[in-house]
Parts: sequence; C-alpha cells; structure tokens
Amino acid sequence: MTKEELKIKIAELLPAATFDETGEWLNVHADAKDWLTLAQQLCNDPSLSFDYLFCLTCIDWKTHLSMVYHLSSTKYRHNIVVKSKLDTHQPEIETVSFIWRTAEFHEREVYEMFGVNFLNHPDLRLLILPDGWEGKNPLRKDFEDPVNMIKL
Amino acid sequence: MYRQTDIISDSRISPQEGDLVINVGPQHPATHGVLHLVITLNGETIKKVEPHLGYIHRSIEKMCESLTYRQFIYVTSRMDYLSAHINNHACALCVEKGLQVEVPARAQVIRVLMDELTRIASHELWWGAMAMDLGAFTPFFHAFRERETINDIMEETCGARLTMNYMVPGGVMQDLHPDFQKRVKEFIQLYKRKIHEYDELVTDNIIFQNRMKSVGYLSPEDAISYGCTGPTARGSSVSSDIRKLYPYEIYDKLEFDEVLETGGDSFARYMIRIREMHESIRIIEQLIDNIPEGDFQAKTKAVLKLPKGEFYTRVETARGELGVYIVSEGGTTPYRIKFRSPGFSNLSVLDHIARGSKIGDLVAMMGTLDLVIPDIDR
Repeated sequence: MTKEELKIKIAELLPAATFDETGEWLNVHADAKDWLTLAQQLCNDPSLSFDYLFCLTCIDWKTHLSMVYHLSSTKYRHNIVVKSKLDTHQPEIETVSFIWRTAEFHEREVYEMFGVNFLNHPDLRLLILPDGWEGKNPLRKDFEDPVNMIKL
Repeated sequence: MYRQTDIISDSRISPQEGDLVINVGPQHPATHGVLHLVITLNGETIKKVEPHLGYIHRSIEKMCESLTYRQFIYVTSRMDYLSAHINNHACALCVEKGLQVEVPARAQVIRVLMDELTRIASHELWWGAMAMDLGAFTPFFHAFRERETINDIMEETCGARLTMNYMVPGGVMQDLHPDFQKRVKEFIQLYKRKIHEYDELVTDNIIFQNRMKSVGYLSPEDAISYGCTGPTARGSSVSSDIRKLYPYEIYDKLEFDEVLETGGDSFARYMIRIREMHESIRIIEQLIDNIPEGDFQAKTKAVLKLPKGEFYTRVETARGELGVYIVSEGGTTPYRIKFRSPGFSNLSVLDHIARGSKIGDLVAMMGTLDLVIPDIDR
C-alpha cells in the first residue's frame, strides 16, 4: 500500500489518529490508551499485516516521552511509524509483546533506560542494568552519574 | 566486581524441586564474550534459558548524543566489531540521508567492496569459532588463514585490522591502496583454492551433521515475530536481505542471490553463511575490475548540521538488519540515536528454540545464531 492508502485505512481503524508525512514513512500518532487495539488491528488486518516490528524505542523530549514503533509487513513490504506520547512522571503504555514477541526484550530495555511502565508485560525486569539499580533512568536527558559517566 | 543476580526471577517458569540451575558465562569460551546465561535444567533437558546482559554495556546511544556527526561513526565500530565497516556504513548513510549528499560512484563501489570483504571475514571467524565450540579445533586455523589475508588488505587501505573507521559522511576517508586490486584478486584465488577444505572438514562430516540437524528448530512465523534477521531468519526461509529488499548504494545493479534455506534448524543456518560467502565473492568479482575513477569523497562542510527531523536507515550486516535511527533537533549532535542491532533480536529467540532440547545442543544453537556480545549490549 502507498502512504495515502495506508493513511485512509488507518484512519478507518482509529479515527482519533493523526498523521504527518515529514519522514521517509508515514507517521501515525495515537493515544497511549488506543495503542493496544490499534496494534492488534495493524498486525491482524489482512490488508495491512504488519507482522514485523523492526524497531521499538523511546525518545525523551523533556516535556514528555514519546514511544516510537517501526512496523513493517513481510507480505506487502510497506512500513509505518507509530508514535505515542507519554507523561514524563508516570509513563505507562500497554505491552505489545503478545503481538510481536520481539517487543518483550525491547520493552525491557526501554523500561530500564527510560522508566516506561509496560502494563501486562509478562516479565518486566531489568535486562542490561545490574539488579538492584537505584536511581534515574540512564537514557533520560536529566540523568547525571558523577561516578560512571565521562563527559565528552 | 561481582554482580549480584537474582537468578530465579522469571515468574512464568520457576524451577521445581529436583531442577538444576546453572550459569553459563559470563566468562565461558562458548559464549564468545561475556554473555551470561542462566539455564534451568530438568535432568539434561532445558526448561528455560535466561540471558543476563550488560557486562560490556557502554551506553553507546547516550555517548553519541554528545558526539558530532563526524565523531559518532567511530564509536559504532565497537558495536559489532566483526562487521565494523558495515556499522560505519549504516551511520554514514543515515547522516547522508539527512544532509542529502550524493556519494561519488567510486566511493559507493569502494564501500560495497569493503562491506563484502568484511562479511566474508566475519563468516570465516564464525565458521572457525563455531566448529571449535563443537569440539573441532583444526577449522579455526583454516578460517584464520583466509581471514588474515582480508585483515592485511584492510590494514593497507584503512590502517586498522578490526575497527576500521574508514567510512565518513560523503564517502570514504582516503583512496584505496595502489595494491588493493592485486591483493583482492590474490585473495579470491586463495579462497577458491581452499574453500573445498571447509566442506571436506566440516560440512560433509557426518558427526558434525548429526549435531546440527534438527537442532534448534525455528519456524518462519516465529522468526518474524521475534524480529530475527540475517542468516537466522533466512535459515527459516524468511526473506530478509536488506540488500535485496531495500537496496542501498549500488546493490540493485549487482547480480547476486538472496540465499534461503528451508530447514529452519542449526544446519540450515550454517549452510546459509557458507553459501553467503560464495555470493560475496561473486559481488567482489563483479566490482574489482570496475572501480570507477573519480573522487572518493563528496565535498561536505567541516561542521555537519542535520536538519530537524528523523532519519532511519537499514543495512544488512553479517548478522542481520542493522537500523540506525537519528532524531535531530537541527544541531551538530544528534538529539537521540538508536541502534537496532541484529544480535539483540536474534538472542531473544534463544530461549524459545532451546526449550525442550538437551544441554549439549545449546552450544550448537548459540553458535549458529552468531552472537556478538558488544552488538547486543551496545
């Protein structure tokens, strides 16, 4: 599907979604509360079949966090980017690890690096940071570590 | 420093009475680096494999936020150090996408040549190390004999043997060494003369085949769902070669095949890498006599500034799809950078394919996933 066709199709699935076409692929902005329903439809709808989540990450914009999901279809080879704004102090979003299994590890990484709480995640623990890590989340913009961080 | 680990922490499968929990790694020869696996065993059968990561986490993503667009490329050689060229390539492509710089034809050909030489070197090392994991020591020396030649070629042109840092935004750092073509042709001759030894020593060996066949089966659906790419996915007949699907540089003008196997087991993944080396040789043969004359670097400003926006590039490394995601605020340094590393996703499937197998087969599975730990930890 082309960008325009994808836009029409996704607008049907989620009327509240907004779009921008600044990047290489179509950007879809969805509310965190709508994300799980949208994700299921994106994966299961036969005309979309976004079965491959190739990148899952988070960006700290200081005023808010933004979850970024890069999705691709191995059948049609079209790509989209879904973004969802989260609150800085209490970031929460539903997990998609039941839809795309790769999300389980990636969400654990975002959980420890940004402090995003993934609701209903099967195994939300620290993955890279040592157990018992206390303090702020390393990839947040306000993170300071006087001992381990070398200022470049 | 000792790291305290809460060993039994996955609540889904907790060890029963009589189960054995063992640690493989962090310093274990078969984990190729500092991978720490906590394995729950019932007798010899694996119930769960749980990776504990972070022993060499350098937070490259955070580091890159304070480096300029020229500097950050050098750090990425330290991610997947066996595909250093291809990592640099991905970053250079991403910066070029933001700057909208046209790379000269000569630089494009040099880049592809270097990428393919790196891919062969990486697969050679994997082949030797994997055979060593399974108990055969000789293949390691055979693999290093050929790999050494590639390292010498790299050293002549780039000045380094492992972390080359040869790609810069707009092209490559310096022109090829005058002997480059001659040396590469010598390498192709050597490769063709010696490659049958690989099959005679390992591939056709019945003991080896018994250890690899029907071990660690991965279905195509699971490969996609777990985000597996590269030889791991192609062993399960999932087409995932970025060079074919989303061609970059001059890959769309070259003749080569995407290697696919249908087995889905360790042997299929093994065969993919062996056949990929032949394809890489094919690409090099097409290019080595046709390196166009001209500039090796496009003219760029001394201080690079990417426009405000988001840029994503994907390239095919020796291990799979590497994604570079740059978020720019218009400054000289990236606001946020994310590396979607192939090893991270490929590792996540290990628990899935290992459950129910015997502990002795775990090494064969880890070997054919081709894990490089700095790539996973970043």
